[in-house]
Amino acid sequence: MSEMVTIERRAAVEHLLQNRDNMLVVCGLGSSTYDVYAAGDHHANFYLWGAMGGAVMIGLGLAIAEPDRQVMVITGDGEALMGIGALATVATQKPNNLSIVVLDNEHFGETGMQESHTSHGVDLAKIAAGCGFVGCQTIYDYDVLDAFTNKPNDLTGPRLAVVKITTDNPPRALPNVDGIYVKTRLRQWLGHQPC
Amino acid sequence: MAVSTPHIWEDDIYNAFKKAGISQIPYVPDAGHAHLIRRVHDDPDMTPIVLTTEEEGIASSCGAWLGGKKSVLLMQSSGVGNCVNMLSLVTNCNFPFVTIVSMRGEYGEFNSWQVPMARATPTSFEMMGIEVMRCNSPEEVGPTVDAALYAAFASEQKIAILLSQRLIGRKEW
Repeated sequence: MSEMVTIERRAAVEHLLQNRDNMLVVCGLGSSTYDVYAAGDHHANFYLWGAMGGAVMIGLGLAIAEPDRQVMVITGDGEALMGIGALATVATQKPNNLSIVVLDNEHFGETGMQESHTSHGVDLAKIAAGCGFVGCQTIYDYDVLDAFTNKPNDLTGPRLAVVKITTDNPPRALPNVDGIYVKTRLRQWLGHQPC
Repeated sequence: MAVSTPHIWEDDIYNAFKKAGISQIPYVPDAGHAHLIRRVHDDPDMTPIVLTTEEEGIASSCGAWLGGKKSVLLMQSSGVGNCVNMLSLVTNCNFPFVTIVSMRGEYGEFNSWQVPMARATPTSFEMMGIEVMRCNSPEEVGPTVDAALYAAFASEQKIAILLSQRLIGRKEW
């Protein structure tokens, strides 16, 4: 872990969501889900408690379905790595309303803080750039994070930010674990009827 | 370059998609779906999504439904095992789900590497709570797909339709 990392995960997600308006948020299982919930429950959040590796693709399906809304996937380095092929798939679709944020503490925080691939030099921002994402960056401080957050995604395709975070481990904040409830709540918020 | 001969039932699947309003079609390609995939690419009302692995399409289908859109995943039987854990998303959240699977590794198969996953395909779906329907003859395909799409998107059913290798025809080597 680089000495220059000062961003804490809860604060990072608060910054990302402070002016969210009607943005749709999909969050990966584990700490990312706790962080998004801790920033404030919202009908437009889809919390994952499983389906590891699926967050980016859920975001893609939602972004294609809702082209006039911003969609943000907030996930961790482990979850992003498990679904790494999804970056190639997203790049082929070029959704300009999709932002992917990887909270990268370079460890598998939920399972005992084993080092992840990113602690050994795997660079998810470069991988995304190689796939064809038009906006890729690695963020080390809050000013750059705020600039990313406050700049609407007006690019011609998806963007990805790796936010390097410390390995602090705040208390869990647990959203509702009932997936049917969370799904139906989001759909109703968008105006879709239960079938 | 091998180009498969279109099957008339592939047009029946396409027509069932149009009737049901399917708009996102994630796929890992297979010769058995080649004509259907071409038609999807030619339709401005459909978004084809080429995948790196099959479970991506399960997640994207669920995302589409969150946004009020209907999706069907196309794959071949060799990819079904890749999907098992991601199907917990479908089952746990009660998402509607339809996949159409072209079978390899059964009728007249030359490549024995295809056989184990073919034999495990129905079990893999069933153990994760997905209903399995099978089409053995051309006239079954259109009505089966139509029925599955109706059940899925009218009452959040989860269905895998297996297209038998006998229907598709054996791959010539």
